[in-house]
Amino acid sequence: MSGAGRSAIPPPSSGVRAEQAREKAGYAAVEAPVRATAERRVPVAPEAFARLAASMVPPPPPTWRRALARICRLWLLVAFVVIWELVSIFGQRVNPQLDVMMPPPTAVISAASDLMTRGVLFTHIFDSLYRVLLAVGAATALGVPLGLAMGWSSRFRFAVDPLLEFIRPIPPLAWIPLSILWFGIGDVQIVYIIFLAAFFPVVLNSLAGARDVDPYLVQAGLSLGARPRELFLTVVLPAALPHIFTGMRVGLGIGWMALVAGELVAAPSGLGYMINNARTLFRSDYILLGMVLIGVLGLVLDYLMRQAARLVMPWHKGQ
Amino acid sequence: MQVDVANVSKVHFSMKGEPLLALLDVNFQVEKNEFFSIVGPSGCGKTTLLNLLAGFEQPTRGELKVGGRVITAPGWERAVVFQEYALFPWYTVVQNIRYGLRRKRVPEPEQRRLVDHYIGLVGLGGFESRYPRELSGGMRQRVSIARALAVNPSILLMDEPFASLDIQTREYMQDELLKIWQREPKTVIFVTHSIDEAIKLSDRIAIMGPRPGRVEEIMIVEFGRPRDPTNPAVVRLAAEVKLWLRQQVFGSKSAEDAPHADQHMAG
Ligand SMILES: Nc1ncnc2c1ncn2[C@@H]1O[C@H](COP(=O)(O)OP(=O)(O)O)[C@@H](O)[C@H]1O
Ligand SMILES: [Mg+2]
Repeated sequence: MSGAGRSAIPPPSSGVRAEQAREKAGYAAVEAPVRATAERRVPVAPEAFARLAASMVPPPPPTWRRALARICRLWLLVAFVVIWELVSIFGQRVNPQLDVMMPPPTAVISAASDLMTRGVLFTHIFDSLYRVLLAVGAATALGVPLGLAMGWSSRFRFAVDPLLEFIRPIPPLAWIPLSILWFGIGDVQIVYIIFLAAFFPVVLNSLAGARDVDPYLVQAGLSLGARPRELFLTVVLPAALPHIFTGMRVGLGIGWMALVAGELVAAPSGLGYMINNARTLFRSDYILLGMVLIGVLGLVLDYLMRQAARLVMPWHKGQ
Repeated sequence: MQVDVANVSKVHFSMKGEPLLALLDVNFQVEKNEFFSIVGPSGCGKTTLLNLLAGFEQPTRGELKVGGRVITAPGWERAVVFQEYALFPWYTVVQNIRYGLRRKRVPEPEQRRLVDHYIGLVGLGGFESRYPRELSGGMRQRVSIARALAVNPSILLMDEPFASLDIQTREYMQDELLKIWQREPKTVIFVTHSIDEAIKLSDRIAIMGPRPGRVEEIMIVEFGRPRDPTNPAVVRLAAEVKLWLRQQVFGSKSAEDAPHADQHMAG
């Protein structure tokens, strides 16, 4: 074949004759004995179909039933708490030390009201919450742009990566002595420790997000005239958002761990401090209360994060 | 002529870094408002060729010109419709269609007018605020076509746009595309691996063979539209092209037993 020449296949000599042939063929097809056996259906308006669809699904159960059903889904958690309570209360008859080793959930509740009346409970909660949010906020503010920039430019990534990967394996707790020397004991030092812990998940997830962009979407953006800045804002950033949220959620989780560790070593207040202080006083109910509160706070923050993600990314299927 | 592809070769690099000749000395010209199809087996370099025309990649050798000017980057005069639609999942139907208009800095009221026009043209009224995830494949491809048409390109580059649709939807979309093309004439460069589709739609068809990808033949389809796929002449043409392509791609051995093998195949 000699490249792009004219066709070696001559088109049929007459388009007109072809048309006539088609008509003949079509006529024959109508006469062919094909029989439809379906019954004639009465035409139905679209609204009628909508009403039909509504009538086919059972009515939603009343609100109280739904609330009950939702609580029933937590049966494992409820069972866990109840069994804990029973083991603790009846176990104390056998082994009195269980009172300290495994205080019952009811004791945790009375410890909470105890600390609440003394007015210290909310101080501890707010101090810890404030530190975590500040640190994770800072990790997001610095980590997301850094991760996205690394995903956007390979040259930047190659430059930054070795430094980042060198610092990353160092446990945040190993920074405590130095950070105390730098910042003294107090909020700044603890926030710094939490920041270090939350920073890397945020960076790495943002980086993964920016690199995960569908190349066809980049091509679509380019062919529709997006300049680099627009391409970043309208394609790369939205594509990376789910990963960014994941990074923030992981960062929050790790942030809580670092918080307690940081507050155990050196802090004037906070839930970690509360736990450590209770240890020296043998108040295991306070210890358990501190643990439960951290768990609950983590759960609530994660829930809020997911709600925020749904608000920000209505197009994205829930996480 | 409007599009001029002259002696274009393209070398890709495999994961291992070995060079691979994806296109070799490709030559063709496309006239203004022509419907030009490129068919060929998968892997023969159709997408590569379209990427060069779109300006996503540069040729290793040769030149691609539009209106006499060498293609160096993507541009609004060449809009692309992708096989997998490539709609922005975070934008609604309207926002997707408006995307190019905003990048083009078209005034806001004009944007709204154009978006309405193209939503009507592709028959998506009522679905304006849906996200792509909430649409069927055919509807997604219609959004993608509207998005491409909205920037008023003189050339529409389409890469197997209907390949992932079911047969009924595909035939419907082919008819719709022809209607749109006849109502708002444009140069269409249409990549497909379906010879039937190419014969139904095109003024001319470039047939590519693989390894290295090159244009083996350019044929003219002279039937009037609409073309009936059951028209015996059309059926015969399709059979001939398929046979010819099989000869080119898999050698001539399998051609012996097929009908009409040698009548028109002398090339
Ligand atoms: N970005 C790429 N890197 C390396 N090889 C590629 C790349 N794109 C395509 N190829 C190779 O080039 C050849 C042509 O590919 P493509 O243009 O996608 O073919 P088609 O669209 O006709 O199926 C194939 O062998 C494919 O593996
Ligand atoms: Mg392809």
